[in-house]
Parts: sequence; C-alpha cells; structure tokens
Amino acid sequence: MGPYAKEELLACVIARLVGDAAHVAVGAASPIPAAGCALLRARGLPLRVSLLHKRSANPFTDGSRELFDLAGQGRIDVFFLGGAQIDGEANINLVRAEGKRLPGSFGSAFMYFAAARTILFREEHSRRVLVPRVEFVSAPGWSPPGVWRRGGPQALVTGKAVFSWHRERRRFRLESIHPGYDLGEIRASTGFEFDCAAEVPATIGPTSEEITMLRGPVRREIALNYPEFARRVWAQQPEAA
Amino acid sequence: MDRLPANATRFDADAEALAERIPDGALLALPPDYSLPAMAVVRALVRRRARNLRLLGVPVLGMCADLLIGAGCVAEIETSAVSLGEAGLAPRFTEAAERGEITVRDATCPMIHAALQAAEKGVPFMPLRGVLGSDLVAGRPDWKVIDNPMGHGDPILLAPAISPDVALFHARWADRSGNVWLGRRRELMTIAHAAKATLVSCEALREGDMLEDELLAPGVLASVYVSAVAEAPHGAWPLGVAGAYPVDDAHLAAYARAAKTREGFARYLDEWVLTPRKSFSPA
Repeated sequence: MGPYAKEELLACVIARLVGDAAHVAVGAASPIPAAGCALLRARGLPLRVSLLHKRSANPFTDGSRELFDLAGQGRIDVFFLGGAQIDGEANINLVRAEGKRLPGSFGSAFMYFAAARTILFREEHSRRVLVPRVEFVSAPGWSPPGVWRRGGPQALVTGKAVFSWHRERRRFRLESIHPGYDLGEIRASTGFEFDCAAEVPATIGPTSEEITMLRGPVRREIALNYPEFARRVWAQQPEAA
Repeated sequence: MDRLPANATRFDADAEALAERIPDGALLALPPDYSLPAMAVVRALVRRRARNLRLLGVPVLGMCADLLIGAGCVAEIETSAVSLGEAGLAPRFTEAAERGEITVRDATCPMIHAALQAAEKGVPFMPLRGVLGSDLVAGRPDWKVIDNPMGHGDPILLAPAISPDVALFHARWADRSGNVWLGRRRELMTIAHAAKATLVSCEALREGDMLEDELLAPGVLASVYVSAVAEAPHGAWPLGVAGAYPVDDAHLAAYARAAKTREGFARYLDEWVLTPRKSFSPA
C-alpha cells in the first residue's frame, strides 16, 4: 500500500466505478461507498447522493418506502450491496451462512433488479465470503429472459481486487489487484472461478489531488454520519483544507 | 377484508396502560429503530410478560424486537432484517433464530411496504417488481407469482395484504383531539392506515387540534386511525426522536455487549427494564 489508507484507495475505486451517475443511494453502514461518492462531489460533479440512514436532513419525506419507489421509477443509477457470501454468478446471501443466522435480506431482492447498476462491495476477500455457491440467494445476480430486470451487478470491489461483471458470460472478470497482493493470492482467496487477462494491472492508487480532497471535504462530510469510521481512518492525518 | 374501525381515540395514563391493550398472540407491527420505536411500551410489554407475539418489522427491526425476543415475548417474526446497525448483530434474535425458538418469515423491505399499502387501500394484494429468483420466494407460500395481466409472458410477484392487529410506535406530539404528529416518518402512517388498532406513545400532549395548523397538518396522522395515546416522555430512549434527542449510542453498544449471552441479557433486563424507575433515561 502507498502513502494512503486502504479505505482511501477503496473510496477512489468506488468513485471511478460510479463515474457519471446522476443519483446514487448508499445504505446503512457503508462509509467507504459514501466516501467514494463524497469524493465525486468534492470534485464538483453534480452527483445526488441519498444516504439512507442519514441522521439529519434525510433526503426522504415519504417514509422508508420512498427509496424503493424511487428505484422502481428508475430514478436511482447506482446502489451498493454486500453479502455475507457472494458467489461467481453474483448472487448475494444476507440470510444464513455456516450455521449462523444473519440479519436478513433488507431491500436487496428488489434493489438489485431496480437500480440501473449495483456495485457489490465487501472488504473481506476470502473463500469464506467469495464462495462457489451461496447457501441462500437473498438476491440473484442475473435473471432469465422474460423476467423484468432493469439493472444488475456492475462490479465487485473487495479489499484485495476489483472485478467487473459480464452479464452474457455470467462471470466476473478480474480487472485489477490492489497494491500488496498478487494473482496467486487472489486465486487462493477466491472460492469461485473468474475470467482474467494474461496481465492483470495493479489498482490505481489515489492521486495527490484525491488524497487532499479525501482528507479535507470528504473527511468532514463523512464524519457527520460515520464518526467512528472517520476517526479510525483519518485521526492520524492532519486535516487538509 | 374485515372492516377497519373509525376510532375515537382513548387517552391512557402511561406506557403500561398501552401495553395492556396488546393481547398475547397479536400480530404487532413495529417500526425500525430509526423511525420512532415505542421503547417505553416495549419495556412495559416485557414487564407484563406478553407471550406469543407475532412481530411485523416495517420493514426491518432492531433493539425493539431483540428485547422482546430475548424476554420470551415472541413466537414469530416477519421482517426484512433484524440488526442493531452500527452496534452489530441483534444477539437475542440471532440466537433464537439459530435455535429455532422463533419462526422467522424472511421478507424484503418493499414487499412489506407493498403488503401494508394493499391493506391501506382495502385491496387483496399489491404487485411488486424484482425479487423473482430470490430464495425468499420459495420460503413464502403466501407470496404469489402471476403472469402480468396487462402484458404477457411477464411474471410478477404479489404481496398479500397485511392488516396488523396492532401498530405500535412513538411520536413527538399527540393532541387532545387524538391526532399524532409523525413528520417525515410516513411509513408509520401506512402502518396505522393498515392496522386494526394503533397505539401511540408520545413525548408530549398538545392542547388543541394540529389539523388546524397548516404547517403541522401534512405530518399529522389523523385521529380516525388512532386507538389510544399515552404520554411517555423520552419514550423512544435509548433510541432517538429526530429533532428532540439523539440515539444513545453508548447505551446501545452496552446493550449489544450485554445481550451476547443469556446471563448478560437477564442482567440488562433486571437493571433497565424490570425496575420501572430505571426504565427510562435519567438524562
């Protein structure tokens, strides 16, 4: 890793994937996706970010169903989902794994279909998480022809690598490996098969401009809703302007 | 569907009196921890040893449900998730589900909203996009898939209407006419519209009629839906009321630690729930 925190690298990866979206919704306990979106806004992009669990000035006035109605209308370009397990067909499991009961599927079974793009994000990259087949499909990664589906997975971002999703092949493709890891490590810690080029590049780290923004406006914005996260990642850094 | 009542709101003395109105075995609709949970009434339910409650999370649940499950008040739960958010897993829910002590009917958030919207309109079901191919569908024989009658070769999922026996939540204000101010927490209006009875604890009772105030009225649940109201200052604690007091994160974290074991949970109940004088925040 370079002179930046892993969380800063991941926020930059997320920002690149979100790209020119107009409206992103970010769920609970997602400080890194929120930081990626805040970075795009800090660059002056007119990105609308709806933080679902924002403690004040929450964007919704029609109750918690409004997010789903917005998604159903097609007004959400990018959503983020994780999973206790994620498999090679981009199915996610939030219900039960290895004999353990998990919290539950939340809105995933709808949002994965209705948001134009979903970025799968899970920091832990291990065979425990990235499995050949999820034990329970909370939300499927693809749907057969004839089943209504506006969107689906765009990419899978972990603490070690970035995969893109290829709908026709129903497979992930390894796009880049974060500094400090190699292909052998990725293969050893991924429980499903994936495509990859002969030479897989390293994930591009944050530029000095991005670092300055992350430690300034992004940090201030994130601290409002994720104070613990902001302390953990940035407590040792002098605050940038 | 049975007829739902036009209520003449009763005014109860306190949270205990509201808890007395919730019979054992009731289908009890509750909001998430971030949306005005009636924690004082939940603690009163534990004290009155409520049994066999069937909880409906609209659309998810947290500490509110974990407390009832740990105290043995719950037989069944329908929800999209149970979690303590930043404080982690809901430990009593997790253990009860793993041991099969409660029945869990897994759902996904918009299906629960749709089911309540169907009841709100007095229609038998509401269609929803997505979800097909999720294992949730196989676990829910009450959910039906039909071919979209407005098109063809287009399967679509139907949420059956749900009319909870009781909707229970907290509010910042109620007034002497029985109206309740919910502000932006409009999912609570949907629950109340769909429920056979709605019980509301509130921070304060106001004189007059909030429907006469153009600024307050859009956030008001009209008294026709409200069965009973009681004042319970700080009644959402340790959870928060937006604009009044924040979530007591330290208490929630302490609960999450204590509730990891049955013994720790029992000690928590003794200290914070079964002893009425300590059952709300001293703050």
